[in-house]
Amino acid sequence: MQESPKYWKGIEELESSPEFVKTAFSEFGEFLPMKEAYGTSDATVAPRRDFLKLMGFGIAAATLASCEAPVRKAIPYLNKPEEVDPGIANFYASTYFNGTDYNSVLVKTREGRPIKLEGNPESPITRGGLSARAQASVLNLYDGNRLQHFAIKGQKAATDKVDQEIRTKLAGLGGRRVAIVSNTIISPTTKKVIAEFAARYPNTQHVQYDVNSSSALLQANGGVLPAYDFSKANVIVSLGADFLGTWLSPVEFAKQYITNRKVSNEKKTMSRHFQFETALSLTGSNADVRVPVKPSEMGTVARELYGEIVGGGATSNARLKKAAAELKAAGSAGLVVSGSNDPAVQTLVAAINQALGSAAVDLANPSMIRQGNDAQMVQLVNDMNSGAVGAVIFYNANPAYDHPLADKVKTGIAKVPLSISFNDRLDETGSLCYYACPDHNYLESWNDYEPKRGYLSLAQPVISPLYATRQAQDSLLTWAGNPQTYYNYLKASWRGITGGDAKAWDKAVHDGVAMGTLSAAPAPMAASMSAQQAVSALSAAPKGSGVELALYEKVGVGTGTVEGNNPWLQELPDPVSKATWGNYVAVPREMAVAQKWEQGDVLKVTANGKSIELPVLIQPGQANGTVSIAIGYGREMAGKVGDKVGANAYPLASMNGNNIVYSNTVTLEKTGAESPIAQTQTHHTIMDRRPVVQESTLAQYIKNPKEVTEYEKIATPEGLEAPNKVSLWDDYEYKNHHWGMAIDLNSCIGCGSCVIGCQVENNIAVVGKQEVINRREMHWMRIDRYYSSDHHKDEFEKEGKLATYASMEDPSDNPSVIFQPMLCQHCNHAPCETVCPVLATTHSSEGLNQMTYNRCVGTRYCANNCPYKVRRFNWFSYTSNEKFENVNGHMFTDLGRMVLNPDVTVRARGVMEKCSFCVQRIQLGKLEAKKEKRRPKDGEVVTACAQSCPTEAIVFGDMRDPETRISKLLRREDGERAFHVLDSINVQPNITYLTKIRNVEKSNFFAEENA
Amino acid sequence: MNSIRLRPLSHLFLALFLTFAAVGRSSAQTVGAAPAVSKEGVAPGATAAAAPAAAAGATTGDAAAIAAGDALFKGNCAQCHAVNDVVVGPALGGIAKRRPLSWIIPWVKNSSKVVASGDDYAVKLFNQYQKQQMPSFQLSDAEITSIVSYITAEEGKSAGPASTQGTGIKPGDNTGAPDASTGEAGAGKYVDMLLIVLVVVLIVMVVTLVIIANIMKDVLRGRKDLDGRDVELIEQRFDFAKIYKSPVVRGLAVGLFALVVLYESVQGVMAIGLTQGYQPTQPIAFSHKLHAGEHQINCAYCHTSVYKSKSANIPSANICMNCHSQIKTESPEIKKIYRAIERKQPIQWVRIHNLPDLAYFNHSQHTQVGGIECQTCHGPIQNMEVVYQYSALTMGWCINCHRETPLNTKGNGYYNNLVKLHETANGAAPFTVSSNGGTECSKCHY
Repeated sequence: MQESPKYWKGIEELESSPEFVKTAFSEFGEFLPMKEAYGTSDATVAPRRDFLKLMGFGIAAATLASCEAPVRKAIPYLNKPEEVDPGIANFYASTYFNGTDYNSVLVKTREGRPIKLEGNPESPITRGGLSARAQASVLNLYDGNRLQHFAIKGQKAATDKVDQEIRTKLAGLGGRRVAIVSNTIISPTTKKVIAEFAARYPNTQHVQYDVNSSSALLQANGGVLPAYDFSKANVIVSLGADFLGTWLSPVEFAKQYITNRKVSNEKKTMSRHFQFETALSLTGSNADVRVPVKPSEMGTVARELYGEIVGGGATSNARLKKAAAELKAAGSAGLVVSGSNDPAVQTLVAAINQALGSAAVDLANPSMIRQGNDAQMVQLVNDMNSGAVGAVIFYNANPAYDHPLADKVKTGIAKVPLSISFNDRLDETGSLCYYACPDHNYLESWNDYEPKRGYLSLAQPVISPLYATRQAQDSLLTWAGNPQTYYNYLKASWRGITGGDAKAWDKAVHDGVAMGTLSAAPAPMAASMSAQQAVSALSAAPKGSGVELALYEKVGVGTGTVEGNNPWLQELPDPVSKATWGNYVAVPREMAVAQKWEQGDVLKVTANGKSIELPVLIQPGQANGTVSIAIGYGREMAGKVGDKVGANAYPLASMNGNNIVYSNTVTLEKTGAESPIAQTQTHHTIMDRRPVVQESTLAQYIKNPKEVTEYEKIATPEGLEAPNKVSLWDDYEYKNHHWGMAIDLNSCIGCGSCVIGCQVENNIAVVGKQEVINRREMHWMRIDRYYSSDHHKDEFEKEGKLATYASMEDPSDNPSVIFQPMLCQHCNHAPCETVCPVLATTHSSEGLNQMTYNRCVGTRYCANNCPYKVRRFNWFSYTSNEKFENVNGHMFTDLGRMVLNPDVTVRARGVMEKCSFCVQRIQLGKLEAKKEKRRPKDGEVVTACAQSCPTEAIVFGDMRDPETRISKLLRREDGERAFHVLDSINVQPNITYLTKIRNVEKSNFFAEENA
Repeated sequence: MNSIRLRPLSHLFLALFLTFAAVGRSSAQTVGAAPAVSKEGVAPGATAAAAPAAAAGATTGDAAAIAAGDALFKGNCAQCHAVNDVVVGPALGGIAKRRPLSWIIPWVKNSSKVVASGDDYAVKLFNQYQKQQMPSFQLSDAEITSIVSYITAEEGKSAGPASTQGTGIKPGDNTGAPDASTGEAGAGKYVDMLLIVLVVVLIVMVVTLVIIANIMKDVLRGRKDLDGRDVELIEQRFDFAKIYKSPVVRGLAVGLFALVVLYESVQGVMAIGLTQGYQPTQPIAFSHKLHAGEHQINCAYCHTSVYKSKSANIPSANICMNCHSQIKTESPEIKKIYRAIERKQPIQWVRIHNLPDLAYFNHSQHTQVGGIECQTCHGPIQNMEVVYQYSALTMGWCINCHRETPLNTKGNGYYNNLVKLHETANGAAPFTVSSNGGTECSKCHY
């Protein structure tokens, strides 16, 4: 028997609020509420416009009948590059590093323009995975809000003139300091360039700071960032580190983490994951045991865990005790990580790992991706204000927006005689600088990276610079008086790796990655404090009082500095809250009930004497007595997309000594205003028949894998049968291919990389906040997030049915979470196909459910009849309606349209669209095979979502070929974990899900533990 | 009297006749706009004769060697040499008789070395062709031998008009076509004559009958023994005004007129967006007839990506320069290319074949995999001085071909199992593109 908890998608569903009930059972929101949403009260306007439209149509029709087709030009290359053939995509290896996460990428270019990024399988670090941010970064290249030329005080200026003035001014500083302020730079050659600049201007200081700082982690580990390997950890305890979502290197960690989480009947072991955290994060959602703690309690948790493991104290917390016991038992296979920026906490975490002898921590070859020093940055801000700094150069740094001391940064810049910005736009910092020397986008640049000591990575330009910008390194070299180009400089710098051999260099450029190091060995530095000092510091720490605020980073826009103006990331639903377009105050249910706050009520949040106003979102799993707010919003000068979305939470961070602490004590005040939050969580709710997600426990799985999944049976005269035994339809015969997909719910961490991958590949429109509220987002792939309840089937017997149902209505404070990627299921007996009056949606001989846009007349019957709610209707012309110009602007301009995939139609208004199983990729893969006179190889044809998945949760392939990965997987899991969603309605999907397995004793583990 | 009464009716008929005539003429014009183009284009099997032709060429020498030589010649030599014409370099016909193989092989491998060695023939040749050096080719001895045997095989056939093979250009398509058309024309004339004679005979008969009727009437009028009823009968007049005023006739006429107008407008509307026969003037008067027809340059020599990509690219100027850095350098049209290169302004050709964006078409699928000749869709390109759109490029046109064309499965491992399955299930019917799902929506629309 299967222990299935009840799931609900959101508080609204659980409460069955009238609003929810109204929308849950109708496919679409109100019918065309366009006028209410945007319109005018003047009733006379509409008829006149209708009349004009009709007249316009009449004239257009008459003209069309009489005129000739427009003359189109075909313009060939003047001198065709040998490797470019129109219509054939080229891939170039490169590297994405925006100051937070590192990804080795392959850039897909068509006719010389980058259109998509894919993971580089050659990379030993990211191993073919790619984060949502990296996926979306291709759009940053075509951002029309980038600064297109050098500027003096915001006014266009000639590059030569700017160079000359800067060099004169730098020479005339008279011994005053030059400060280069950047985010973490992991490029060894860029550092060399900075050193060369510093040699020319000896008073140069390079200050690195991280927006979401890991300063304490560096301090606690002697100035280096430990390289973690989660695949070597069987017991993971995380103290607020969102390592699957945003912490350090999420793609790398997710890849490692999942190797110990996948199960099959050959490998019935799983790692065990404890998470102590304030806000319900992506990592917390995947944890086996999640414990909500206040930020102020995190020190105590660390101290008690240290006491349990190293000795010197015990804990009264049962779950902490359990975690400590399991860690001790695991020994070197145990790992503790912490996202705290408190040096004392990090010192204890380091001491615990050392005591365990954790094999998952590597200090010899440390990670490089955080080098920021909070203290140096604070010092610099003070020096700027005191007038000690003669020149300041901002390189990928926007402290006027993203530093807690932003006000002081602003006044400081005004006092520095020479201020230069390399930032790609006139952002909050750039606009204050006298000179703007915009850097190339990374897709236009040469560069190298060393994310981990011994692992090198190269970036190469894949397009000529779009604007009159110049690579920052070239600017620094010019000012330092070195006439070399950065490319030659880089090549020379790599002589140690390539041995000056052109072939070795070509290979490194081709692969994008190389082994070896170009950085100096890290100087050993004593840890800033001993474990004993840390223990006493934490014991002495004041108890938290009042409501505590935790600041966190979102998977989508991250720190907001680089991704702030990216509409794809703004519309990527938060993995847990499913909110898009803006931040909010996540409050626990208890607090909302006590304070009588409703979702969407605007609160005034005050800390440090500064306040921001944001709407309330009731978040299950949020620690009691705390609220959390995402950083990265509230940009003022990011561009059309990112400006004025949400509010800037950086000023609410506090300082602990010189370290930035991402928590604070706040006061909350209801303003009386309301602001709706654009959440996708309860949109497209699946009809409430049976549980659509299935999960079980590892214990159950070990006992009998045949019992972890509940298979529905239907009554027939011959007794209970599987639903597919009874059918009115004839089955399709697949002679050639039968494409199918398997999604392992155990491997899916809900990161959203597939959502963006799909959006980029298939030219999916961005619709903006209002349309998301109207439940009209266009994502072909969504990730459904279900919270489970505390209560359990067993209680029916013990406590009676009525009492159990009643208590099920009471929401869990700390629910377990399950993610389910949902896309068109390509049903073999598709309900949508039978209702289309114009045959616009049909079944192919390869198992695809085809959507023919040009035949669609927009009746939307198919969407109504789809049990999975995966069809999307184009309510507007998202490519030309001025209302979408701010959010979907890249489809409006010639420049932005360069990012579109030329193999996929851009849909017009009034047609339905949905997942096509990336049919363009299927067709291409088949054609390549036919050209080579063979069958397609497994893994050659892969959808964008399967390809981008960092945890390989999605497997795509030909189910007709018995040797493919998917065929083997389905054979293996048949009758065990494989199930179809809504199997009983017998639509026979081509997508199979695999039951999630949790490493817990009982499915209502939390309830028991909480008791 | 009668004739006057007849006039209104005859006007109506005249009007109707003129309408029909106009319809006929206008439809004739639309057909005429695309010279000798049928709506369906060329039947898919029309070029199948190519294969036997190629086989027939193998009368001298080893067929395999000649085939290999053919490919090598086109890949390496055809830029500068033809078998029977002087292009950049000399015509190669008779090369085996002129020079021994032992001379040819080192020459091809490194001609400058042969010239430098002071070989008389080589020096003479070098000077004769403006001291233009022949580039070195890294070909094996066997390969060069096969090229020579290809040339030898080719020179024998050069006398006949329909001798070329395998270049992707099939003069066979149009040989015989003139005869057929003249034959048709002859038959047409005969039918016309017959019709005219018939019409004349009819007119004579009608006139004769009218005359007889009048004479009879006059005779009867002369008789006095007729009573009132008989007189009425004789003097009876056919009242055309009645017909003219009859609502039935009027209704019929109006209905007919409306039908004609409707038919015409439907035809007109259906033709919107159809550009069959579209023959724009190009910025450079490039002649496919000259290049592809007379000089028989392989299509893929200029349209380099036609066998590997979705689009058959329009050649970049540097491809023109492969030959035109030497040939016809004084021509005003060629000078336009020089100017484009000097100014770094690409040539803006007018696009002739415009598929809508919603339809995905891949050249390589059809050429490389399907083995379709260029002419099947693009028409007798080798005869076109100025290229026009030969096929309708409508969806119906695509679908028809997909329904009728058998899949090119031969030797392609992709199809092996499919062919077997098809034969066991439905061996009698041909294994067409559509029976493999080639008419499904998502094959072209996504």
